[in-house]
Amino acid sequence: MNVLACIKRVPNTGAKIVLTDDNQRIDTSNLGFTMSPHEECAVEEAIQQVETHGGSTHVLTLGPEEATEQLRTGLAMRADEATLLETDGEEWGPRETASAIATAIRDLPEDDAEFDLLLFGNESADMANYQVGVRVATELDLPCVTGIKSLEVEDGVATAKREIGGGEEVYEIDLPAVVSVKEGINEPRYASMRAKMQARRQEVGRLEPDRTEAPGTFEKTRLEAPEADDSDAMVLGEGTDAVPEIVELLESEIEVL
Amino acid sequence: MILGFVEHESGVPEETSLEMLTMARELATDEEAVLCAVVFGDEGAALKDELGPYGIEEIHHVTHDRLEGYAPEGWGESVAQLVSDLGASTVAAAGTDRGHEVLAHAGATLDAPMATNCVDVTGAGESYEVRRDRWGGSLVEHARLEGETKLVTAAEHEYPIEEAASTTEPTVNEFTPSLEDAHLRVRVERVETADEEGIPLGEARVVVGGGRGVGGPEDYDKLEELADLLGGTVGASRAAINEGWRPHDDQIGLTGAQISPDIYIACGISGAVQHMVGCKGADKILAINTDSEAAIVQKADYAVIGDLHEVVPELTDAIREVT
Amino acid sequence: MSDSDFPSSADTVIIGTGIVGNSLTYHLAEQGRDDILLMDKGPLPDPGGSTGHASNFLMPVEHSKEMTHLTRRSIEQYDDMDTFTNSGGIEVARTDERMDELERRVQSAKSWGEAGRLLTVEEIEEMVPYVNTDIIKGGFYSEGAGTCDPLRAGEVMRARADDAMEGGLTLSPNTEVIDLHVENGAIQAVETDRGTVEAGEVVIAAGLWSPKIAEMAGAEIPLTPAVHQMVSVGPISFFEDYEGEISFPVVRDMDTQMYERQHGNDLEVGSYQHRPILWDVEDIPSIDEAPLSPTQPPLTDDAFEQSMADALEIVPELLDDPEAGIRHEIDGLLSVTPDGMPLLGPIQDVEGLWSCAAVWIKEAPAIGEAVAQWMTRGWSDIDLHGSDVNRFYEYGTSRKFVENRAHEGFQKIYGIVHPAEQWQSSRPLRTSPFYDRQDALGARFFEAAGWERPQWFESNEDLLERYDDDLEGLKRPNEWDSRWWSPIILAEHLHMRDNVAMVGDMGFGKFDFVGSDVVDYMERMAVGRTDVDVGKTVYTPILAENGGFVSDLTIARLGPEHYRVITGGAAAGGDRAWFGDHIGTDEDVTLIDRSESLCTLGVWGPDARAVVDSVVEEDVSHESFPPYTAQELTIGEVDCWAMRLSYVGERGWEIYTSMGQGQRLWDIIAEAGEEYDIRPVGMGVYGTTGRMEKGYRLHGHELELEYTPAEAGLTFHGVKDANFIGKEAYAEALEEDNAATLCTLSVDDHTSSDGERRFMLGNEPVLNEDGDVIVDEEGRESYVTSAGTGPSVGKHLLMAYLPPEYADEGQGLHVEYMGEQYPVTVDVVGSEPLFDPENERIRS
Repeated sequence: MNVLACIKRVPNTGAKIVLTDDNQRIDTSNLGFTMSPHEECAVEEAIQQVETHGGSTHVLTLGPEEATEQLRTGLAMRADEATLLETDGEEWGPRETASAIATAIRDLPEDDAEFDLLLFGNESADMANYQVGVRVATELDLPCVTGIKSLEVEDGVATAKREIGGGEEVYEIDLPAVVSVKEGINEPRYASMRAKMQARRQEVGRLEPDRTEAPGTFEKTRLEAPEADDSDAMVLGEGTDAVPEIVELLESEIEVL
Repeated sequence: MILGFVEHESGVPEETSLEMLTMARELATDEEAVLCAVVFGDEGAALKDELGPYGIEEIHHVTHDRLEGYAPEGWGESVAQLVSDLGASTVAAAGTDRGHEVLAHAGATLDAPMATNCVDVTGAGESYEVRRDRWGGSLVEHARLEGETKLVTAAEHEYPIEEAASTTEPTVNEFTPSLEDAHLRVRVERVETADEEGIPLGEARVVVGGGRGVGGPEDYDKLEELADLLGGTVGASRAAINEGWRPHDDQIGLTGAQISPDIYIACGISGAVQHMVGCKGADKILAINTDSEAAIVQKADYAVIGDLHEVVPELTDAIREVT
Repeated sequence: MSDSDFPSSADTVIIGTGIVGNSLTYHLAEQGRDDILLMDKGPLPDPGGSTGHASNFLMPVEHSKEMTHLTRRSIEQYDDMDTFTNSGGIEVARTDERMDELERRVQSAKSWGEAGRLLTVEEIEEMVPYVNTDIIKGGFYSEGAGTCDPLRAGEVMRARADDAMEGGLTLSPNTEVIDLHVENGAIQAVETDRGTVEAGEVVIAAGLWSPKIAEMAGAEIPLTPAVHQMVSVGPISFFEDYEGEISFPVVRDMDTQMYERQHGNDLEVGSYQHRPILWDVEDIPSIDEAPLSPTQPPLTDDAFEQSMADALEIVPELLDDPEAGIRHEIDGLLSVTPDGMPLLGPIQDVEGLWSCAAVWIKEAPAIGEAVAQWMTRGWSDIDLHGSDVNRFYEYGTSRKFVENRAHEGFQKIYGIVHPAEQWQSSRPLRTSPFYDRQDALGARFFEAAGWERPQWFESNEDLLERYDDDLEGLKRPNEWDSRWWSPIILAEHLHMRDNVAMVGDMGFGKFDFVGSDVVDYMERMAVGRTDVDVGKTVYTPILAENGGFVSDLTIARLGPEHYRVITGGAAAGGDRAWFGDHIGTDEDVTLIDRSESLCTLGVWGPDARAVVDSVVEEDVSHESFPPYTAQELTIGEVDCWAMRLSYVGERGWEIYTSMGQGQRLWDIIAEAGEEYDIRPVGMGVYGTTGRMEKGYRLHGHELELEYTPAEAGLTFHGVKDANFIGKEAYAEALEEDNAATLCTLSVDDHTSSDGERRFMLGNEPVLNEDGDVIVDEEGRESYVTSAGTGPSVGKHLLMAYLPPEYADEGQGLHVEYMGEQYPVTVDVVGSEPLFDPENERIRS
């Protein structure tokens, strides 16, 4: 089984996010980068599926040259191959991104073995557009389901589950298919030191995608960092006097009783 | 026309959909457009009375003999066809899993732009000014959304549920889309109830954590008892692990489990960075600590200043009485 | 705390709640301070500085006595707070050179009274089964090593401080310093985002933010944030069977400059081998902006590549555990100073402002204690002279200098550093007017306090042949012994003793004191009587209240209300602070720093008078210019001021003139000396060979706070009538029998087991007949405080403090060097010179 996991390079931010002076992007001068959390699970899922069923795992991203760092993280998790759709670092919208990925997928893998499973994160940490996976599936005419927290593959059929209040919706999808996964579907592994070291020396494939024009636009004008709520905790009380308040909290606010 | 995708449970609209209607109605008012709803499911027609107070003039009830239950592509395709049929300028949905999914499919089919998790949408015609959440709400993006058809989702719990100035009498129009096999290949086959036994830390809805303040391995029993009652799991800080009070696997933090419960009850934990990284996914944090200046108290949503050895057993008793 | 609770005044404000600030608060409370505000911009217990990300292990044995004693004392404190785990620690060697270095570790362990021994590969395998013993040759075992929890220790210390002060401690986390208010050279208040607090005593214990805060008071704390890369790998199944934090010794893989230590079921792998990565403090994100903490930026992957390869080589089984991965990886930021030592003490020029920065976890509790002692009573039990914040005064506080030295010093952290090793960067920085002439003569420059000083001159190589017979047996065949050394030094020495030599500039600190109260002031500062006739000079100890050494220096009386103090370059910054801080507020005394305006040229040897006499206007006969006096001279065209004394025990003068006329002075003396074959000679003669033969003591080596003038044999002043700092303790020490006395020893046989002649370099332990390290009744180990060859006496000389039972002339003992014992004999007990004991040369 050949599995593709699509990931995105995003800044690893703290509680407070600082913007550049022109309010166009996050000031990343002192930040590290990571892949979005859902995508980390997508990579892990890809690797686990291949560990179970055999085959090969491919990680792909669209982004600047620096995004090879995240591809190497994928390789260090023991993905087999990696491809960078190299851009000039500008923020690409979901439709352009989906179109570029779909085009690339048609050309990958090189030996014509098609991807059986194309995994995406449900939404990226930075843009949260919730649509790249769906749009790729539409372009490639593949079945697609999003928001998945459990995935099993047997005889060419994927059983995928999505959490709903009090239970799970179960989908059964013929492969090949596109699945967008959510954090919680698995525990992404930490790369071993040896794998990390080897990944640094591994080759990363590169393609230069075309940026396609689409009708209608969705265009950022600026970003704004709202005042953070750094107010202190609400003190429910002191000592055992607070017990009734805690019960009330668990009952009405959190609804776990 | 502004078309709102209304989710409902047996004919009762979801709160998030009603929130979305507040957004949609503002748009409809601004551009003097008709506000309509698209609904799926057998009980869809029953929404007639429910949606009147929110100013819906037409309910488009999608029915198809092969559309039993939720089918993301089938629903998305249906919405797309309806939009084309009606010439709707905007489709709005709640920023839920289903809302995002259906609109994403519709948007892909229509090749239309989509703005998610909006907190404010203004404008008329083919151009909207949008403000929407990014980075999980840490940032707000100001953007322009332009197109013949525009798709927007409303961030959950950002819009109030508000009734319209005057109640309407919506008409119910049945709409039968033309669907192919490909639109029905993904569907909910069944619904299973969740199994809540023996939940690993990373997946628990409730986590009770104990730090050095617990004082020793035996006092974790108190935390276990509380966690059991709440259907949760017990974790520990690195300090407690280092003392040998709990097994290594129980560690919450940078080098242990990353948790994301609805509530994390942190007992006798000071809130070292290494620990806080592990519980930043928690929806709410309740700190029980003797020191009101402890970092965890600063970072928590709720705090009880007191000794966990007194508070936790009494809390356990109180919960037993309630449940 | 709410803003309204923020105090408007406090006796002491401590900025920083890392391990240092907490420790200092606790010890100040113990010392009786009862109104302290302890604040930090971060939250508690982890305010976001280096304390929060350290690997927290303590390896007590270092080559620095000061650091070893501080670490040992810190371990005691961590242990007392129940935050120490005694795991032991092993430094492993991959190379033969490193095995030699580990022998030297054993040496240092013995000298500083710490347990330490070599381990065979088999022993290492037994103790740490996961180490790949195929690639190591052996190790050094530090039994006392272990790990601590500095965050927990901080909590305990705050609680103890609170108890001791009975409500006098105000804790204010989440409070950021905006400004420091200084008036008339004294600290007045700390302005914060919660309000302004008035205080007469403020301590900057803000780790790598310290320079930024010092700057608010117009002061400088020279350190830079630098990256120490660390990753944590787990979960490792091997550790599952072991409870708690650590069950195996910490391993330091010295040759790769890395460590591997168990932490629960993780293995922490840290590295100092990567390229130095220095940060600008302004680039460090705030607590809110940082994903982890401000001092834990993400790992720079490419810099860590070789470290991963090396770690996988030494602990392959653990790191290749199929379940284990890198769970945590950081570029941990810590403070690095130009010489790797902390920055402690009162900050020059701002009264009441103290620095307690660049302190590592391993020494923090003891440093808190020592600085608290320093603040409350003027001296500390453990001598901190190597950590004096003022040691870079006037030369080494620039950003560029700090960066260059930090960059260079980073590789020395686990390196094999020769005791005489020279820094390469930011040189030449301070040059005397003689520099160009010396450079042309092939001077090999060593640096002291930024000054370029010739250690020897290649142009004197011809002397080797002349003195070939005398040097027989004193040359050093071993590469290590002769590194940063040349036999030319010995030949220069002999030439000086036979003819005449010129030496300079020594890089002295030169301070003039003027004012109507200057006589009383100087009497108060010095052991020796300074109310002497104008023109007299006094060599005197400067003591702390405990009678221990702050410094030793020369004071000359230039006028009725004018003194000049001359002190060694390395001690200049600290001495200047000591003298400056002791000028009373109502006292009419002004300190004028002449260090950068005057240069010094020594002209010494039997022919010195003949040389000077040929070019000087004045009468410089023995009668007109007696020894130990000072006069103004005009040499050729140059106006000078000269003292007739000598640190090398020869007839002659220390001649001072302005930097501007220095080169002319050099040329005049050189030309006049031609007919006497005058030679420039280096500091190797001045600081080692000449001084050792004369038994002259050197501050920082023989003279430390831990020893009294009586023990050092510097009691020739007796007890003067006037009061002076340390008088009481000094008088007592004179009455008591010495627990140890400083002796001069010589090596009887240099031959090692493989037949090579070896020469000690200093800091070696002195052993009794049983081969045990000698310890005096106050628990102080006997070790070699200075080592150097005495060419005129034909021996390799050592100084060491010995307890009475061994302090007998002719007593045979042993010194351990590089794992072997060498026989030595006590030649002199006390300060009598071995060469020219009656000082006839100086007095003629």
